[in-house]
Amino acid sequence: MRSLLGLLRKEVQHIRRDPRTLAVVLMLPVVQVVLFGFAIRTDVDHVRLAIVDPAPDETTLAMRSRFTSAGVFEVKAVLQRLEDLEPLFQSGDIQEGVVFERDFAAKLRDGDAQMLIVTDGTEPNTASLLQAYAQSVVFAYQRESAGVGRSSPGGLAITAQVRTRFNPTRESSNLFVPGLMAFVLTIISSLMTAISLTREKETGTLEALLVSPLRPWSIIVGKVFPYLVIGFISAIAVIVEARLIFHVPMRGSLLLLLADALLFILASLSLGILVSARTSSQRVAMMGAALATMLPNILLSGFIFPVESMPLALRLLSNLIPGRWFVEIARGIMLKGVGLEYVWPQSVVLVVMSLVLLTAAARSFNARLE
Amino acid sequence: MTDVAIDAHDLTRTFGSFTAVDRITFDVRAGEVFGFLGANGAGKTTAIRMLTGLLTPSGGAAKVAGHDVYTESEAIKRTIGYMSQRFSLYEDLSPRENIRLYGGIYDLTLKQIRERSEQMLSRLGMGAAAGRPVRELPLGWRQKLALSVALLHRPAIVFLDEPTSGVDPVTRRQFWELIYETARGGTTVLVTTHYMDEAEYCDRISIMVAGRIGALGTPAELKQQFVVSSIDDLFVRLARPGSDPDAGAK
Amino acid sequence: MSNSVTADRVVKAFGANTALDRVSFDVRAGELFGFIGPDGGGKTTLFRILVTVMTPDSGRATVLGLDVVRDMWAIRQRVGYMPGRFSLYPDLSVEENLRFFAAVFDTTVEASYDQIAPIYEQLAPFKDRRAAALSGGMKQKLALCCALVHKPEVLFLDEPTTGVDAVSRREFWDLLGRLRDGGLTIVVSTPYMDEADRCDRVALIQRGRLLAVDTPRTIAESFDRPLIGIRAARRYEALLALRRFPHVHSVLPFGEVHHYTDTRADASAGALVSELRQFLEREGIGGAEVTPVAPTVEDAFIARMGNPEAAEAPDPAGSGRGTRD
Repeated sequence: MRSLLGLLRKEVQHIRRDPRTLAVVLMLPVVQVVLFGFAIRTDVDHVRLAIVDPAPDETTLAMRSRFTSAGVFEVKAVLQRLEDLEPLFQSGDIQEGVVFERDFAAKLRDGDAQMLIVTDGTEPNTASLLQAYAQSVVFAYQRESAGVGRSSPGGLAITAQVRTRFNPTRESSNLFVPGLMAFVLTIISSLMTAISLTREKETGTLEALLVSPLRPWSIIVGKVFPYLVIGFISAIAVIVEARLIFHVPMRGSLLLLLADALLFILASLSLGILVSARTSSQRVAMMGAALATMLPNILLSGFIFPVESMPLALRLLSNLIPGRWFVEIARGIMLKGVGLEYVWPQSVVLVVMSLVLLTAAARSFNARLE
Repeated sequence: MTDVAIDAHDLTRTFGSFTAVDRITFDVRAGEVFGFLGANGAGKTTAIRMLTGLLTPSGGAAKVAGHDVYTESEAIKRTIGYMSQRFSLYEDLSPRENIRLYGGIYDLTLKQIRERSEQMLSRLGMGAAAGRPVRELPLGWRQKLALSVALLHRPAIVFLDEPTSGVDPVTRRQFWELIYETARGGTTVLVTTHYMDEAEYCDRISIMVAGRIGALGTPAELKQQFVVSSIDDLFVRLARPGSDPDAGAK
Repeated sequence: MSNSVTADRVVKAFGANTALDRVSFDVRAGELFGFIGPDGGGKTTLFRILVTVMTPDSGRATVLGLDVVRDMWAIRQRVGYMPGRFSLYPDLSVEENLRFFAAVFDTTVEASYDQIAPIYEQLAPFKDRRAAALSGGMKQKLALCCALVHKPEVLFLDEPTTGVDAVSRREFWDLLGRLRDGGLTIVVSTPYMDEADRCDRVALIQRGRLLAVDTPRTIAESFDRPLIGIRAARRYEALLALRRFPHVHSVLPFGEVHHYTDTRADASAGALVSELRQFLEREGIGGAEVTPVAPTVEDAFIARMGNPEAAEAPDPAGSGRGTRD
């Protein structure tokens, strides 16, 4: 018994004397709860809506103003033709579209008016909500105007058909897998370089390597390049898995996706080097790399929790995470089938991030031991 | 208790097809300071692991403090003290706290711990440093403290694995005086070391070469037997039989 | 004769701990120069400054006439460095390690083969074995080859023989001697005092200070008082008895023989011998051999190092031996 107590006492002493670990362990749950609490919001505001109204009349105008004043919608465009809706979905400018048919008011008086509600199916969690919002506006209008025009008791005069773009069957794998790809690739990439660098420090070979004509940048390139190749192979494997096992569509250009994946991996590899610049222990580097990539990617990349639902501060923060941009690219290319003309802004962001991180990594790598 | 602290007969250990320890036979008498020497890879570490109950032999027999190494390894662990080069004490605990911890592990009463702690700390002359973390102590004090802690529970036998590595020459000798004191008190001491002059401090030594014992006896006897003037030369003669031990010296 | 390495009042501190305290010395071209001293003395820190992976807080140092701070890249091209404890790639084979280090210096193994051949011969039977699977002695020889593969002009070896058995150590020093004879300047550090005699000149280093810089023989002979050796069958008892001698300055075990020094500066060796013999007889230690002995570098080191516990300096090597800061 005494030996057990002795061991317990020793552990307490270790804990008390390692204030840094203690701070992390106590602070981390607090920080996480706050972050998670704010980030996890499944209700949506500011739904970006487009309205297609080929022949506006008093009913459609009345309903349109309902949508505008509902509070949850932001009417981004009012269109004349149905065909104009698709590009807005592809570019991500709108999340939902509401389509009225011609002669809506007349058809309503006759007892049967048709509407179409289209939602962007690439947003996990939100597609059904978007539908529900739109539908509730329609029902509310119906109830209030039940006295106007002929209505069958208990019958709906407006039929709203519901379509989901890009993911009609709403396979959850389609929603998650592209984001999951980003998540997985960033973790392993940063881990690889973090481990490689600290392994050299641990075996002592880094010290021997420093006393040579090798400049820091060539050591960095030597460390990053092979893992770039491995990461690339990984990315291909992940895409193959997504296609074969989960049947996630690949509607856009595979080459473009791979090119962007390469950029994304490069950014993550550089991050791994940055994280391990100050540590010489493989274990600490692994934890640091995992922490620097896992948490931000789960919470803020939009892969599980939509970025739009987050408070402004977190939305701004999410812009700094390479994963967030790659998730948009992956979803766009795989599910929406868009090309470079749509994803070029996100791609440029990835290029800039890779360059910045790589330069920072090279700078952080000292030509000396101190 | 018998006169013989350690008794090994044809002790063997193989790892697959590789024989690390090849039928070694030797004994260590109670109260002796025994130097267990050999080149790296000669089988020393494996042999010691078998004698301290950490590894089961593949063949042969051995008794440590009267306990059989095959069947009573737990009893052996309780009876012996061990000081390893790689690890001695917990760095962020103070000497006092380390003593208290090990005292508890070896089931000493609080009274015993307190008494021996004071005894030990004043013998080492540590003063105020006894309250600071071990990490802050100079290497020499750490080594002496580690030895004292290994002896805390008054083991019959203590194993010291390269206890003086890297330490300054005066502290090394002070350490060896502690070893002598301990041995005179009846504790058997088995030491391994790479300092060949320390081999001379031992009552008897054995030198392992390629898994077997190449020499066993008092330093004086062996020097006479092999016609060399130092244990260092003896080592060379055993490990590289055809070479001239004097060739290297300037 | 020109100097391959110079240091002028080099100071380096890590927080409150002064690792190097105004260290000054020269190493001549073609010399085998040894830094002798225990762990924590500052050897590794000094070597790191000389090979340019650390900078001094104050003072200057040059290697081959180049400043260690300003001319970092020029120095790195021309020196060979073996940091403490086998800095090889454990998962690469002997040959792969060699080829890698050759490539890093933009050369090939073949180009320098004549210099490393005597060492490599001993490794050749193991050339496909992974470095991790080599014995300590073999690893150390491989590390030496890797440090030599680009034909450096100065070789810095930080504790290459630590933890290695006596035979391998001896062979290693034979190799170093041959390299020096071939014209290479070699700077080595070691905690083993007996290795001092294998060097042309040595510097004794303890707690960041140089206690002496000279040839081993000169340092040994600089011992300023008579040294008496006592050999007795009952060694420990003899030691305790000698401690009781009224004029004892120090008595320390040196293998089979105890080394004794006296507090009386003018005492002659002959007088001391007979005094001690008589004293030991009275104390019951009969049949002891008492003779003057020639001091060694270790005796000189001990005489100069002072009390080890006097300055309660925390150990700059940090947690345990074998770790490098």
